[in-house]
Amino acid sequence: MKSETEDTPLFHKPLSRRQLLGGAATAAVVLVQTAVGKTVQAAIPEAAVIPDDPTKKQGPLPSELGTRSGYEKPVRKPSDTSSRTPLQDLYGTITPADLHYERHHGGVPTINPEEYELYIHGLVEKPMKFTLQDLKRFPAFSRICFLECSGNFRSNPAGKITPQEIAGLTSQSEWTGVLLSTLFREVGVKPNATWFLAEGSDAAVMTRSIPVKKGLQDGMIAYSQNGEAIRPEQGYPARLFLPGWEGNTSVKWLRRIEFSDAPFMTREETSKYTEPVKDGKIRQFSFDMDARSIITFPAYPVQVEKGWMEIRGIAWSGRGKITQVEVSTDAGKTWQLARLQDPVLDKAHTYFRHLWQWNGNETEIMSRAVDETGYTQPTFSQLVAARGDNKGGYHFNPITTWLIQRDGQVLNKPDK
Amino acid sequence: MKNLKILKNSGFNWLLTGLILLGAACTRSPTANKSSATAVVPSTQVTKADSENWPTSFGFGKPATAQEIALLDIDVRPDGKGLPGGSGTVLAGKAVYAVKCAACHGKTGVEGPNNRLVSVVETDAAGTENNKEKTIGNYWPYATTLFDYIRRAMPFNAPGSLTNEEVYALTAFLLNANKIIPAEAFMNAETLPKVVMPAQKLFVPDDRKGGPEVR
Repeated sequence: MKSETEDTPLFHKPLSRRQLLGGAATAAVVLVQTAVGKTVQAAIPEAAVIPDDPTKKQGPLPSELGTRSGYEKPVRKPSDTSSRTPLQDLYGTITPADLHYERHHGGVPTINPEEYELYIHGLVEKPMKFTLQDLKRFPAFSRICFLECSGNFRSNPAGKITPQEIAGLTSQSEWTGVLLSTLFREVGVKPNATWFLAEGSDAAVMTRSIPVKKGLQDGMIAYSQNGEAIRPEQGYPARLFLPGWEGNTSVKWLRRIEFSDAPFMTREETSKYTEPVKDGKIRQFSFDMDARSIITFPAYPVQVEKGWMEIRGIAWSGRGKITQVEVSTDAGKTWQLARLQDPVLDKAHTYFRHLWQWNGNETEIMSRAVDETGYTQPTFSQLVAARGDNKGGYHFNPITTWLIQRDGQVLNKPDK
Repeated sequence: MKNLKILKNSGFNWLLTGLILLGAACTRSPTANKSSATAVVPSTQVTKADSENWPTSFGFGKPATAQEIALLDIDVRPDGKGLPGGSGTVLAGKAVYAVKCAACHGKTGVEGPNNRLVSVVETDAAGTENNKEKTIGNYWPYATTLFDYIRRAMPFNAPGSLTNEEVYALTAFLLNANKIIPAEAFMNAETLPKVVMPAQKLFVPDDRKGGPEVR
């Protein structure tokens, strides 16, 4: 196997001051005296201390923050509007928080948690405001769940496109916070309230209308991601989280909830997160994320060798649990059941594996997910047949096909 | 084991019961061994669904006053609920647009570099007419959304900086540029909700529902 970055040695470049201060990997932490005589920990770059034999040299002492090995460089892929999770670099279903995808509409706001307040008003008995500490005093709730942008689809005519570029706008975390049902009870939601507006405190003051029913079913306000405070890019200090629904509805930096008897028809739910379908119609309030899967190994840009390999990937559905993942290694002629890695959770990334012996002939491999509603991940052409040629870019979840050339180079097979 | 039958059969309850029984077995506490009935008394208490114990109100948080809410409550609904006072003309909007919007959206709302706002029919080399790029004129279903969005998020480099009059004026200008209202029209809390957008009739609710059918 060979990756794009393999011919770039990590530790043989002279170090600049900038690298020392920010970009370089940290190998050790030593105690040093500052100018005012205070003893502090200081990081030494890994390049300075790589021993020939690690058993012959004491390693670094315990430190305040852990670091990745300098040999591992998983990074997101940012564009002007989003930053994508490196799916091909992950071995499990939990996305490290610093690799969680980002999508926002007015940049990442800086919010002082001491000044944070969430207002809940509109069709309620008691209009209320809650500080972050108030939210944390309520009974808490945690769940492991994926979050996916409904615009999570890219293709490339030359096939030189990674899992990260194709589907890197999905990530998974353990989210902890307070259930919306708990807060709804606290404010006394009136019976005629059918929708609520969720509003962020970013520069877009982004808003979405959400059915009250979803909030009661499994909605939550999350203040924690993978056990620590939620990251600024994911909504610090608190965000809405709606399991299985398009990411845009899980409004980050949540500052206000207003109950109403009708949707507000905000910009995001009218002109943006809607998709043209057949007969010139435009589908609106398409909240649920349909089942999808992607093989993350082998995938572009790796080159594989003949013989045994484990095909690996993730599958997920916003409508419940993944019940099976089928893998084809002969361009879709036959399909076999992949093994699902426990735990298989509701509305969560599920890891799958399929052992395969490649004979060295050119072939195509692909995976398709099936969820507990009986939905089977469609092909690109099935989606076009169902929605028409004028299909939008949202909620597009086709089977991803990888072409394995005779030389072992893996390319994405462009969808048609 | 018959004591377990009185427990409610939820996963959480079984887990708690298991932990309690395990704890009893490990410590071999005389109380736990003497009578399983006494061991069950605390377990039935701890395994109550926690909502049964919940108060009507936790009393966390503070009442929000009408004044506090008014400072944040900037949303506008299609029926006009939330629209502020003030008014704006197409002509006034044209002037504001040139100064505060044209750099990103183009001189006439068509040229970009950012989102095209004004609908134009383009004819390609083969002579086919095309008006597919999503704009206010051919895609936005409600005129009130325009006011709401401009007021909360525009201009991109100075969000929330426009006066209500400027927002009404820009809304009027963009609706006129898309040939939806006449040049002499003005927009305010009365007139804006009455504007019918061409694309509104195209919108349908989501019909996907899982199951075998691809939709």
